Amino acid sequence: MKKAVKDFLLVKNTQLNHDNFRLDLRSEEPLPEILPGQFVNVEIKKSTEIFLRRPFSVLDIDYKTNTISLLVKILGRGSKVLTTYKAGDKVSMIYPLGKSFTEPEKDDKVLLIGGGSGVAPMLFLAKICGLKPEQVHVLLGARSKADHVDVSEYLPFGQYYFTTEDGSLGEKGFVTHHPVFKEKLGEFDKVYTCGPDAMMKSIAGKAKDSNVFCEVSLENMMACGFGVCLCCVEKTKGKGNVCICTEGPVFNIKELKWQV
Amino acid sequence: MAGLNVKIKDLEFKNPVMTASGTCGFGEEIMDFVNLERLGGIVMKGTTLKPRQGNDYPRMAETASGMLNAVGLQNKGVENFIKNIYPNIKGIDSHFIVNVNGSTIEEYIELTEIINELDKIPAIELNISCPNVKEGGMSFGVNRRSAERVIKAVRDVYDKPLIVKLSPNVTDIADIARAAEGQGADSVSLVNTLLGMAVDAHTRKPVLSTITGGLSGPAIKPIALRMVWQVYNAVKVPVIGMGGIMNTTDAIEFMLAGSTAVQVGTAMFIDPGITEEIVDGIEKYLEQNNYQSVNDIIGKLEV
Repeated sequence: MKKAVKDFLLVKNTQLNHDNFRLDLRSEEPLPEILPGQFVNVEIKKSTEIFLRRPFSVLDIDYKTNTISLLVKILGRGSKVLTTYKAGDKVSMIYPLGKSFTEPEKDDKVLLIGGGSGVAPMLFLAKICGLKPEQVHVLLGARSKADHVDVSEYLPFGQYYFTTEDGSLGEKGFVTHHPVFKEKLGEFDKVYTCGPDAMMKSIAGKAKDSNVFCEVSLENMMACGFGVCLCCVEKTKGKGNVCICTEGPVFNIKELKWQV
Repeated sequence: MAGLNVKIKDLEFKNPVMTASGTCGFGEEIMDFVNLERLGGIVMKGTTLKPRQGNDYPRMAETASGMLNAVGLQNKGVENFIKNIYPNIKGIDSHFIVNVNGSTIEEYIELTEIINELDKIPAIELNISCPNVKEGGMSFGVNRRSAERVIKAVRDVYDKPLIVKLSPNVTDIADIARAAEGQGADSVSLVNTLLGMAVDAHTRKPVLSTITGGLSGPAIKPIALRMVWQVYNAVKVPVIGMGGIMNTTDAIEFMLAGSTAVQVGTAMFIDPGITEEIVDGIEKYLEQNNYQSVNDIIGKLEV
């Protein structure tokens, strides 16, 4: 897939909760196919403090209006500035970057687990994976009810489960404490996850023990996003240090040198 | 139309704009964004005799108007280059320059001898300034005597234009540049990154796995310009300038300070198409200011 660097027009910036925003960005040109797990590298207004682009995985895409939607969670100075952008602002993006999740087989039962900004590719995957809603199980974790984003738009595409650390929504605890994971993991053909490292490592460990196919999407720091700065490396079993921006960000846990 | 071509020894470049090593892979990685044939040259990722895994993650930190990196010369080695990369770039009409690295003088010699046999590699950039490797790299370039030894050894086995990439982490860069010229370097390129460090106050830990790394970007531009000016006034061989070049104006400034050609590095990460824009921008600048050739502005700083 040919990569491009182009200006997009921010058509809508919607605040979803205290630190999550949905940005809808329109291109004047038709978009290439962009799949769940792939990402864009976004230029943010430069200042003394902000120099590099920031990578975001794609939340949704509308080919009819050439619109890419991103879920932006405030994590640092870059994402914070991006959430202040208003409709009509221009935003330069490099796209499409990275490799997507493996497409499920048509009879697969899949479990999608998202935490933090890692919710975005899970919702996108649920929407376009082509499976019947009863085959798609989506487990989302956050600190409290206020930290969860509204996913009502994506509810028709699967069965949803929630966890919160304080019990204010869904099961109390981490995603790995939820019965759909703790008790039913072995029933799934594929587990896909994106979120904080600790969460993904915990999931990967259990998936490995249960011998369930598991793909994780990593979010290592990077400068370029297209394989030239060599900063976002992850240790792999077969190929040594690889850039997650070109060889990932999605990896089968069997490829990684994680101690899980 | 103003002339854009410049010369390093007898090698003619179609224009003075090159990509800096470590910021464009081997050229193929940026072909979606840039027509490589419009560039003066492509200085490819630092190459070593044997494959190197580089340093552990984290390898970068964003800093005020720039970034630190600690990649540590990760590359698949010269054998892989010849087998898997060289055949693909051979047909592209631009100058592909190999950035040569080693831990010992013997490694530098062996690698250079191999590269010397490659018809379509018209020059090498001898890297004696990488701050992110434990052995070799910068340790050769921060001392006049060790710099002379490695440059002489490489010069003895290399027939084509030899560019020596200098470290800014020295007390007198002009002295090292004179040493390079004295040992037969055809050009010097400068500056490599400045040794720096980032600390995370919350975790009380260094940000980089290697604690220190190389600083690049606009933060270092004034230092790079000063060093280019000093070196331009100290040697007769052409100077290739770099250090925080983000746009045409920056490139022109480096040429006025004495650069025959410029390399664009960190800017590639943010704006991978910028080199072509700089080529066009230089041409426009020359026309607007009634210069016949880009050579008319090299070192023409009015002091």
